[in-house]
Amino acid sequence: MKRATFDAIQTARAGKTPIALVVDLSDGTEALVTAETVDGSLPDEIVAETRTRLRDSKSGVVERDGGRWFVDCHNPSLRVIVVGAVHITQTLVPMAAVAGYEVVVIDPRASFATRERFPNVQLVDDWPDEAMEALAPDRRTAVITLTHDPKLDDPALHVALRSEAFYIACLGSRRTHASRLERLRAEGFDDETLARIHGPAGLAIGAVSPAEIALSVLAEMTAVLHEVPPPLKSANTNAASAA
Amino acid sequence: MTENTAFASVDDILGTAGTWLDEGRKVAVATVIKTWGSSPRPVGSRLVVDADGAMVGSVSGGCIEGAVIREAFEVMETGAPRMLEFGVSNEEAWDVGLACGGNVQVWVERLEA
Repeated sequence: MKRATFDAIQTARAGKTPIALVVDLSDGTEALVTAETVDGSLPDEIVAETRTRLRDSKSGVVERDGGRWFVDCHNPSLRVIVVGAVHITQTLVPMAAVAGYEVVVIDPRASFATRERFPNVQLVDDWPDEAMEALAPDRRTAVITLTHDPKLDDPALHVALRSEAFYIACLGSRRTHASRLERLRAEGFDDETLARIHGPAGLAIGAVSPAEIALSVLAEMTAVLHEVPPPLKSANTNAASAA
Repeated sequence: MTENTAFASVDDILGTAGTWLDEGRKVAVATVIKTWGSSPRPVGSRLVVDADGAMVGSVSGGCIEGAVIREAFEVMETGAPRMLEFGVSNEEAWDVGLACGGNVQVWVERLEA
């Protein structure tokens, strides 16, 4: 890999610009493709295929007319927005970070969202709807509400449900979740939209402690990301969710 | 913005490659470009190696890294990229085969200073 190619990839990654490296496997020639630019010599159809793959984050070998190229997609990290700087969040933040997520925590309550409780994460103390609008969740973003408080969770859900967020989950018992759905339905969200919410959040692994609940939510988020049916979902529930 | 660096450093494999290069070390990058069957690491996974055999990242569950590193040493010297292929049918299956029964193609290249 040429140093200039390497530097361009690192610059794009730092600026959170999706970029694909395309390597001609016959001779190692490199080209760089973004949504707007092409740096290097590539057939038009390979550029088009690369952009499709970049959008879907699908690296792989492309073959055309006897040529072979490796398309290597570099997208910004997946992101998880957590509403509520609660005890579970303190364990979820480092777990999600290790799993490769960029993490943002929203909580307007000053006693919760402190730097001491959250030393290594972006904290936003705006009201959740305002904060969520600014963060603009996209298809590579997950949204998890953990406050149990409709005043804080619902405004965040309003924005999340209008976004392409790939995973939306809410902590709370089945009863809490049922009343949440009632409120949102009354506010105009249809059943298809509300079905996007995973509630109670997490897989049923008998999670009790904050770390175990965080683990169950991260596991469910992973299953949804990879489009496999979340296992352990309907048979029973986490101990904490039953409360 | 975020300050997840304390957690993210392990996985910034390309970043590590750049750091090593800036320190004057010879660096090769191995990338999984194609898989068949139950290969342990997906397309795009990387292993970065220096001339002393220091490594970060992975291209398998540890099954073929040894063989990839040996090839990487030569690629570091010659600068000519190589395509490697591993699978259970490989003649060297005894020591570098994939126990999972998958096949994997790995592109090895030198990171140019």
